[in-house]
Amino acid sequence: MTNPPDPRTVLAPDRADGSIYSDPALFALEMDRIFMHHWIWVAHDSDIPEPGDFITTFVGAHPVIVSRDRKGTVHVMLNRCRHRAATVCEKAKGSTASFVCPYHGWAYGLDGALRGVPHVDGYDGQLDKASLPLVNLRVADYQGLIFATFDHAIPDLDNWLGAAKPWIDLFMKQGAGWPVKTMGEHKFTFPGNWKIQLENTTDAYHFPIVHKSFLDSVDHETQDTFNFVEGDGFVEDLGHGHSVMVMIPELVDLEADLDAPIPERFRELAAALSHDHPPGQVRRIVRAVGGTGFNLNLFPNLACSMAFFRVLRPLDVTQTEIRHIAIGMDGGPDIANQMRLRLHEHFQGPMGFGTPDDSEAWDRVQRGSHAGRGIPVLLNRGLGGETQGPDGHPRGDVSAETGMRAAYRQWLATLTGEDAA
Amino acid sequence: MTIALDEAMALITLEADLLDHGAYHEWLALYTPEAKYIVPIDPDQEDFEATLNYAYDDAAMRRKRVARLLGGRSISAAPPARTIRLLGRARMLECGAASCTVRCAQLLKELRQHRVRDYAANLTYRLARTSDGLRIDRKVIRLLDATEALTAVSYIL
Ligand code: FES
Ligand SMILES: [Fe+2]
Repeated sequence: MTNPPDPRTVLAPDRADGSIYSDPALFALEMDRIFMHHWIWVAHDSDIPEPGDFITTFVGAHPVIVSRDRKGTVHVMLNRCRHRAATVCEKAKGSTASFVCPYHGWAYGLDGALRGVPHVDGYDGQLDKASLPLVNLRVADYQGLIFATFDHAIPDLDNWLGAAKPWIDLFMKQGAGWPVKTMGEHKFTFPGNWKIQLENTTDAYHFPIVHKSFLDSVDHETQDTFNFVEGDGFVEDLGHGHSVMVMIPELVDLEADLDAPIPERFRELAAALSHDHPPGQVRRIVRAVGGTGFNLNLFPNLACSMAFFRVLRPLDVTQTEIRHIAIGMDGGPDIANQMRLRLHEHFQGPMGFGTPDDSEAWDRVQRGSHAGRGIPVLLNRGLGGETQGPDGHPRGDVSAETGMRAAYRQWLATLTGEDAA
Repeated sequence: MTIALDEAMALITLEADLLDHGAYHEWLALYTPEAKYIVPIDPDQEDFEATLNYAYDDAAMRRKRVARLLGGRSISAAPPARTIRLLGRARMLECGAASCTVRCAQLLKELRQHRVRDYAANLTYRLARTSDGLRIDRKVIRLLDATEALTAVSYIL
């Protein structure tokens, strides 16, 4: 193998070399140091509500099963039989008492313990089943968000999320008092590097340009709400590569300002809800349905993005899978959850009015970045106007590239093994 | 008189031709005002209103979709992808004098940004006899790969 590239040569605080989107050696380094040594988001509690429930997904390049055992404990296990490596489960989700490998029939419990081996006599009593469970990753959760990591030495999840935690709390107010649940997802790929997508979640600058056709399709009041590029929003670096971009400051805390007038597009819903709910609860539900006014970018693979979860998975150096997971109120009124679904369909997914234009822009960044050599990708927007946020990290105006700089600072620190400044 | 398969397929084929030729305004007129245009994700789902779809368009959303595709203000749809679709394997599932349900297969090729893609789908139409003639009252497009990762569909399936 050739020497890994030195990431310091391709990244400065205010710019990056285009090769960060296409160098396979850098990609291999990322998949190891970032995706095997940080907390990676794998599931939401509501994906596996009951004992026996499971989903299959990935931690970086590694297929895993996320299961809930009889006691309710969540396990994240490599989807790899300990006999001769076959995946033991290929279903996207389900409920089971055990995972039986289809090749030779080894059977594993919900916690990964090896329980049964057919024709075990062939091992002459030498097979130590206790030493051959499905490999369990380290698991932790916060507010229903389940993360896993291969690394047993990194600091715990609480420490890693740090200043992002209060923003997660605010995001979960979309439950309007009920727990948040996932309600399906749009999954798509684009032919570009994963960091192009990561950048986009803290890029308010593109919104009025790329999303013109979405803005054309909503009423004037909504257009005003989304007209935030010159507003009083901000982007704050939250440390550890995380950042928050507040686009609509009035919608940071969904439980504040419950007396604010109900926007036109929610009036029909409000009227319908008022048959069964007192006025205060109607307002709370309606505000929750509209979603928050911020994007919380959690390094490296999750964003709590206004009204949905955005999950990215690098497939290859120039191929990325994105999932936009719809969320709703677990136990909340059907009509309110249905309105959330319709709002999600309106913007997200391969047939939405927003996502296809985003993905076209990302696709073009990838293609354009192959042109020329030594031409920087600029990351300096809003740098001059930055102030210090409450944690001492930088805070820029809403369209500043502060969030991208935050992510790249962590990226560099992780790849070089140095501390993020 | 019950709706015959020939009559139904004449409308369905007309729709396919209009869509392949970007005649979106004429396409809108093929639908009843209450019609839904639906592209589900889950292949077994029947309760589309209560689940996430790729598209769940009423008349207003269909008009907005057309405005977006023709407006020239969407980078992924300026211009929309070019498509050629073939329909076949048509079968009348239910038929009466006022309405009928037809299922058929659709094979579609798309060209955009130098990339050709294929989409296969089962189409289920509910057609209704109206004072203006036969109209589409519901169209459900079940993509073969609906549960896989897709890429942008910048046209009408
Ligand atoms: S590979 Fe799983 S039982 Fe043999
Ligand atoms: Fe966007």
